[in-house]
Amino acid sequence: MDIRKLFILLLQGRISDAKQLLLNFMPSLFAIFGFFLLCGVVVHARGQNALEFYSIIFSSGFSSFDEFGYVLFNATPLIFTGLAVGIGYKSGLFNIGCEGQLYVAAFATAWIGMHLNLPALLLVPLCIAAAMIAGAVWGAIPGYLKAKYGAHEVINTIMMNFIAFALMNYLVTSIYQEPGQMIPQTRQIHETARIPRLASFVPSLPDSNPLNTSFLIACVCVVFCYILLTHTRWGYELRLVGNARDVASYGGINPRAVTVWVMALSGAVAGLAGVAEVMGYRYRYLDSFSSGWGFTGIAVALLGRNNPFGILAAAVLFGLLNKVALDIDILLGIPRGLFFAGQGMLIIWLVCIEGISRKKNDT
Amino acid sequence: MILDLIPTTLRMATPLGFAALGGIYSERAGVINLALEGMMLIGAFGYVVGTQVSGSTGFGLLTGIGFAVGLALLHAVASVTFHAEQVVTGIGINILALGITEYLLPLPKQVGGLPQWQLPFIGSYSFIVYLLPVLMVVSHILLFKTPWGLRLRAAGESTEALAALSLSRAKWQYIGILLSGLLAGVGGCFLASEVHYFTKGMTAGRGYLALAAVIFGNWRPLSGVSACFLFGFATALELANRWNIPGQLLNSLPYILTMVVLIGFVGTSRPPASLGKMKS
Repeated sequence: MDIRKLFILLLQGRISDAKQLLLNFMPSLFAIFGFFLLCGVVVHARGQNALEFYSIIFSSGFSSFDEFGYVLFNATPLIFTGLAVGIGYKSGLFNIGCEGQLYVAAFATAWIGMHLNLPALLLVPLCIAAAMIAGAVWGAIPGYLKAKYGAHEVINTIMMNFIAFALMNYLVTSIYQEPGQMIPQTRQIHETARIPRLASFVPSLPDSNPLNTSFLIACVCVVFCYILLTHTRWGYELRLVGNARDVASYGGINPRAVTVWVMALSGAVAGLAGVAEVMGYRYRYLDSFSSGWGFTGIAVALLGRNNPFGILAAAVLFGLLNKVALDIDILLGIPRGLFFAGQGMLIIWLVCIEGISRKKNDT
Repeated sequence: MILDLIPTTLRMATPLGFAALGGIYSERAGVINLALEGMMLIGAFGYVVGTQVSGSTGFGLLTGIGFAVGLALLHAVASVTFHAEQVVTGIGINILALGITEYLLPLPKQVGGLPQWQLPFIGSYSFIVYLLPVLMVVSHILLFKTPWGLRLRAAGESTEALAALSLSRAKWQYIGILLSGLLAGVGGCFLASEVHYFTKGMTAGRGYLALAAVIFGNWRPLSGVSACFLFGFATALELANRWNIPGQLLNSLPYILTMVVLIGFVGTSRPPASLGKMKS
């Protein structure tokens, strides 16, 4: 399932095992291929040049450091939400609530960043911790309700999403709105609560590029999740509960406790997407800032096969797609909806493949 | 002054009620249906496009229903035939519907509403509004008083019983999902016919709210649709906003109530036993 194992297998000359590992990612590769093919066909059917479309996709993402910086900037929140969904999925839990969790977390960050005037060394970790705690609480509630009362986490995370939207909307329009502004947003957080843009220490990035340190946090998070899942007792418990709940129980693991902390962890990671927004980019809380990152995270986790490094790659792909969607709208007049529709098809196609392979294993 | 709220309540509750009835058929057959949102959206889209193309609202209604059933078919093929994870399929369909409708966004041209019926004391509403209570009762009888309903419910409750009668679970699940597409499609058509336009993402979470009503109503047509009226009333209260209660609080009340019901503090809400289970 993972890249490190692949290298070891290749080094040991166990080609057939390595091939099996690669096969795991084949559906994803096919899905991406199918997606681009489908888009090309639609563009052709519109009477436009499909080759020009493909060349725009490429140049839009990779023609300069600046362009690629935007791709990674778009990918950053998706890495967090993708990891959050993936962690839950490994344990047999669907976290559909990333959207709500990241809003609550972003607001918590903004609140701390606005109200505490501390040196950066103290304030930055405090803001990040606030986001993770808020996200964790918002995720742990459905987890607890599932563990204690058996209430389905899918429904409860969806409900918690809507409650978060309403609550945050209330807070930002009724209490914390920036004075003298029509836009539903808070005032800016203190300078010391902001994390720097990468442009300030990468000379090839222009100053206008919004890529910031939160991308590095995301990369650390990927490695952390990978180690947690594959090299720790907690990761083992998490996966065992997901794969064989009864076995976990017999082995002395309490599946209920695992359910609660997995949902809390998942919420905390989703909350970091709020950090990326507030501390890294906008420096304030803007109402309904996320364009469905929590839901795109589901597609990212599926495409990345719930593997942290796979998720990183899938998030970068989606970051590219989001950027390209804007460019083809401007350059070719193709509405961005095409890419959303393609994204939906991609999700359906991937779960179908997963379903078929599970069916095969059952019989 | 409560009486002033009735028209808004009915207009808010009707699309929810249709989607909720749809959700009940699908979930009673054992298929989790998060795709109600997408089905409503494409239903609204179909209504506007069909009416713009043909000039007839009747054709628009059929187009809307047709589109929604088409999406339902996709859900059925993925989650029943291919055993795909139903929750994820549903989310995928919602994103797909959002994308298709944004890509093919119809002209911002006004379309006609569905025929209105004038009734004494109640007022003048689209005939869909009157259809809802009828369908609610019909659905109750169909599901709980007929062999047909027993079989549909068996697909969601006891697959062994269905197997013992050598009936195909897949067939009943297809029926349930397609019916949910049909009903959610009608709900979407009503939504578009009331505002005369299609706007991007105009369902704004109503599909999920309908799903909340399904759970709140314990997967039963009578209580499920009643829950929709309650939710519709909450929206009407919010819009009237006479008591200075923060609108967002009223807005989130249905979701909080659903969570409370799901925990079992108020009554009990028990999902069909085989809901979401893929093995037959």
